[in-house]
Amino acid sequence: MHSLTPITALGGQTVRVDTIGNAELRESDGLALASVHGRLGHEAACRAHLSDLLDGRLPAVGKAVLRDPEAAFWTGPDQWMVGAPFASHEDLASQLKSRFGDTASITEQTDAWACFDLQGSAMEQVVELLCPINVRQMTTGDAQRTSIHHLGCFVLRRDPSDWVRILGPRASAGSLHHAIVTAMRSVA
Amino acid sequence: MIINHPLLGPRDSAEFVYMGDARLIERPDPESDTVAEQFHDYAYLRDNPAGTLRELWFHEGGDRSWLVVTRDTRTHEISKVELARDVARSKGRSK
Amino acid sequence: MSGQMTQVNRLDGGQIDRGSSLKFKFDGKSFTGHAGDTLASALLANGVRLMGRSFKYHRPRGPLSAGSEEPNAIVTLRDGARAEPNTRATTAELFEGLTARSQNCWPSVKFDVMAVNDAASDFLAAGFYYKTFMWPASFWEKVYEPIIRRAAGLGALSMQEDPDQYDKGFRHCDLLIIGAGPSGLMAALTAGRAGKDVILADEDFALGGRLLSENMAVGGKAALDWTTQTVAELSSMPNVRLMTRTTVMGAFDHGIYGAVERVSDHLFEPAAGKPRQILWRIYAGKTMLCAGAIERPIAFENNDRPGIMLASAMRSYVNRWAVTPAQRVAIFTSCDDGHRTAADLHAKGVKIAAVIDTRSETPMSMDYEVLAGAQVINTKGRLGLAFVEVQQADGSMRTLECGALGVSGGWNPNVHLTCHQRGRPAWNAELSAFVPGGTLPPGMSVAGAASGDLSTYGALHSGAKGAADAFGIKAADVPTAADTPAKQSAFWYVEGCKRAWLDQQNDVTVKDVKLAHQEGFKSVEHLKRYTTLGMATDQGKTSNMGGLAIMAEIAGKGIPDVGTTIFRPPYTPVSIGALAGRMRGMEFHPTRLTPSHFWAKERGAVFVEVGNWLRAQWFPIEGETHWRQSVDREVKATRASVGVCDCTTLGKIDVQGADAATFLNKLYCNPFAKLAVGKVRYGLMLREDGIAMDDGTAGRLAEDHFVVTTTTAKAGPVYQHMEFVRQCLMPDADVQLISTTEAWAQYAVAGPNSRKLLQKIVDPEFDISNEAFEFMACANITVCGGLRARLFRISFSGEMAFEIAVPSRYGDALMRKLMEEGEEFDVVPYGTEALGVMRIEKGHAAGNELNGTTTANNLGMGRMVSKKKDSIGTVLSERAGLNEEDALKLVGVKPLAREDKITAGGHLMAADGPVDAAHDQGYVTSAAYSPEVGSMIGLAFIKSGDARMGEKMRLVSPVTDSEVEVEVTSAHFVDPEGGRQRA
Repeated sequence: MHSLTPITALGGQTVRVDTIGNAELRESDGLALASVHGRLGHEAACRAHLSDLLDGRLPAVGKAVLRDPEAAFWTGPDQWMVGAPFASHEDLASQLKSRFGDTASITEQTDAWACFDLQGSAMEQVVELLCPINVRQMTTGDAQRTSIHHLGCFVLRRDPSDWVRILGPRASAGSLHHAIVTAMRSVA
Repeated sequence: MIINHPLLGPRDSAEFVYMGDARLIERPDPESDTVAEQFHDYAYLRDNPAGTLRELWFHEGGDRSWLVVTRDTRTHEISKVELARDVARSKGRSK
Repeated sequence: MSGQMTQVNRLDGGQIDRGSSLKFKFDGKSFTGHAGDTLASALLANGVRLMGRSFKYHRPRGPLSAGSEEPNAIVTLRDGARAEPNTRATTAELFEGLTARSQNCWPSVKFDVMAVNDAASDFLAAGFYYKTFMWPASFWEKVYEPIIRRAAGLGALSMQEDPDQYDKGFRHCDLLIIGAGPSGLMAALTAGRAGKDVILADEDFALGGRLLSENMAVGGKAALDWTTQTVAELSSMPNVRLMTRTTVMGAFDHGIYGAVERVSDHLFEPAAGKPRQILWRIYAGKTMLCAGAIERPIAFENNDRPGIMLASAMRSYVNRWAVTPAQRVAIFTSCDDGHRTAADLHAKGVKIAAVIDTRSETPMSMDYEVLAGAQVINTKGRLGLAFVEVQQADGSMRTLECGALGVSGGWNPNVHLTCHQRGRPAWNAELSAFVPGGTLPPGMSVAGAASGDLSTYGALHSGAKGAADAFGIKAADVPTAADTPAKQSAFWYVEGCKRAWLDQQNDVTVKDVKLAHQEGFKSVEHLKRYTTLGMATDQGKTSNMGGLAIMAEIAGKGIPDVGTTIFRPPYTPVSIGALAGRMRGMEFHPTRLTPSHFWAKERGAVFVEVGNWLRAQWFPIEGETHWRQSVDREVKATRASVGVCDCTTLGKIDVQGADAATFLNKLYCNPFAKLAVGKVRYGLMLREDGIAMDDGTAGRLAEDHFVVTTTTAKAGPVYQHMEFVRQCLMPDADVQLISTTEAWAQYAVAGPNSRKLLQKIVDPEFDISNEAFEFMACANITVCGGLRARLFRISFSGEMAFEIAVPSRYGDALMRKLMEEGEEFDVVPYGTEALGVMRIEKGHAAGNELNGTTTANNLGMGRMVSKKKDSIGTVLSERAGLNEEDALKLVGVKPLAREDKITAGGHLMAADGPVDAAHDQGYVTSAAYSPEVGSMIGLAFIKSGDARMGEKMRLVSPVTDSEVEVEVTSAHFVDPEGGRQRA
């Protein structure tokens, strides 16, 4: 076991939680992420591996397979992001590499993203102030990439459906958090 | 504007980065005898029609696909949206 | 005195809350009104008709309307930083503590010295500015403009920062309904009951549109009761969103609408955390424009006195706000609608002086006098209307005493938003009005009065039908209502009038339009610009038609032949704050923080913005009072022992796939195909035109796996370029890309003791000795007892150096660890300044050199461009023009006199000869003080620079007015042989 102590994306020792009105925003540091990009000519094999990993459920365009806190969601043509509990899967990328072999390019993405869980009855109103996605029409299992405060973010609608997970660029975690909290105050 | 992404459906053009004439896909053959002239035209000359233009848009705030969008520059009417990769292949581009 | 007592013009009934008494101030004087009042209705209730002065002639003015089309009653609302000029009193909701000031008058609205302009009106006619302030040109900025601005300006800004916040938001719907009058409500009922996602937006704070102002029956009950019941049903539908106080201000491409929601404008100040306004971007599948119609005035002599207003507005004041504009009122009409106002006022007990109808056949009344075939030919009253002069059918004159005159010239469908995508309204001869025409914004249909359907039943019916047709659903049952529209005819102005106002906000009269025509401004667009008709903040909602009609008459053409101008967004003015939203100050763009940011802050680092990044610029220690002291110390300590710099901000792109090497070979102008696994190579990317785009390194972690770095500034554009090459130029190459910039915290560890320091943290199974891990090596390793890391042996400083990367969450801890373990080597953290100094000393190009104009040849890397392969930019990099004998070459410069300053941006001239552009030899791109050299040094592009080593030149900077003697040197001031970095 190495000796380095991690900090959260917001720079704390523990995750930050903000409750404003009918919405709660919770920073999450418990997610390991790796991108999976099918290699040319191996797309079918790559999908088979992914489907196998997700009990036969392959995330379609704009969709996620949720198995909290594990998830995989579509990010582009033949591209997915796979998530797993950080505590048990810190080496997710190398685990996937062994599984997918030469059928996919796997890249560690765990610390590329800051993860925020936004939940509560005001969630939809908050999201409406943040990004152009049609959150009212999104249902559990929908995954969209969008722009929040000029930051490319993924928004995943989870179960229960008053909950979205927002993944944004880690270096801008503070700005993203500020934007979300500001919107929460606006609708509170 | 709304760009009807072939995979993702209607998306706000604010999610995209614009790069102009899709002729940029047709990079000249570097082995050609008139390579200098061809690359000069490729790098510097663009049509600027009042009407239909096929143009490149990058879905930066989305799935990172390059798209070829056929748009009327007078009305902004978009008549066709394709994945640039498919267009490139149809133009005979490979590796 | 109680509020009620002072509200001399308050009637019974109305939709105000008499239980609430709201105190407000206008021009310093205190009044009271009720919740539900607008500022205009409350002032009228208090007997105040005079609310402002006109733009050009400073004529006394009162409200013309009761809505957002208002040209006249424009005030500055609130005080201090929240003061907002040019607010319509007719739409400003009354709240406790409201303060407002009239504008465009000095010293007071009742005694305005600039009213002298009115007497001088002969000199201020159409085109006055163009004709008068032409010569001399130099007078314009210094003399004319300031005078004009003071005399003619609208309200003034507070010049203080807006204390309020504004939000932006995004909403989607199947159907956006603009306007919640009878047609909008029926459209909402129809679509709402069918389960469609509906947004019903109205600029008013209450839903109902004209139904709130009319004394009529709908569905067998009072219009207001039907409205209340309908709104209640709509409110109960989760799929229907009612947006009050929301102005849909523009119809943009492809069904996108802009809407401003005034969340807190009706409050004394916004609640904590709440925005004042929200600018919504609404994505609508379909849109129904149910914006109603705007009544048009009639132009007659002196038709602008306070007390003269649209007859429909009078009906609104009486029915909705229980306010009569005066105790004795006359009506001047060219259509049946004016008679409705008279009847409503009479029913409320207001004395009707007479109804003056231009037509010979008119409805008659048992209750008051109707003058058929009569016209108002003049009005009197100093600060408000007192008398109207009427010419009767038989030609006789008659003077009527009245405090208010309601004017009705018929209705114009409110086509504004139908024009936003260049749809041109079409002429409807029956209505003598323009109706929606041409190509409407995609997905838009128009219903109710906005479409020219002017009866109440017609509005209800067309609203229901429009929604039903849009979705192929069943229309809601249409309630009974009056189904005959008020007859209207064309009557634009009273013959012989001159100072008869068309555009009251911009002070354009009938005479001005005639003059413009006489002077040759015959096109509508010219007329507009010459007279400024319709160019005020109200965009001529009440005035454009009159101007057109007069133009047509003079030209002997029909109105549609003269044409119409189209409307542009916004429908009503939008505050800049709403357009900016949250993007102010530090929120203008997102900030990116490096993994060691919090640690650097603890150390007291000074930060610099690099794009969105905040980077540590230097780390001052106790006793240092000048940045140079800190930077020189950091450089010296690094070169003497070891320094650590956070270089996470460099772009990192993961490139994988069987064709990854082929791909990089295409991207970089230098060869990459044969780079060995475990090695890093410097790479230069060119643009297709042969100019350098970006540089960086690419490390090969496996046969099919590279890690590419870009400069901090170009990380985004380079990634985009790589995706372009991958998808558009090499679609069949097996290559996969993803950014990993933020995934890894990366630190440069530089200096002769860098290896020793790293050996303390790199796990012992990894040999990083020079033999095992030579210059330009790279590897996946572990540190600190098993943490995965990447190690690159690259050097930007010229010293023995490494870059070490760990997952970002451990970056903070790694930096602390390096500092702790480095104590024995006197390790220093260094910032971007020291980094810059060391790279200049080493002669490495950076953004200043890769400046979008330079080629590999200029950068001294011409020979790197491989002739054996094709890569982006190689063909055009070989053009003769980029490879002339005297092409610019990157060199170093240093001053002959040690204390002299090297100025970046300064130009180099030969030691003797003229100093001018024609003799320019090149320019300095980067400059710094070099502790190593002991003077300032610079990097420069000089013509044939590589052949001019040792030449003495003059460095001239006209900007700083300096000229120093310099010597041309190699760009490599430090360790030119590169021995240190290979040690």
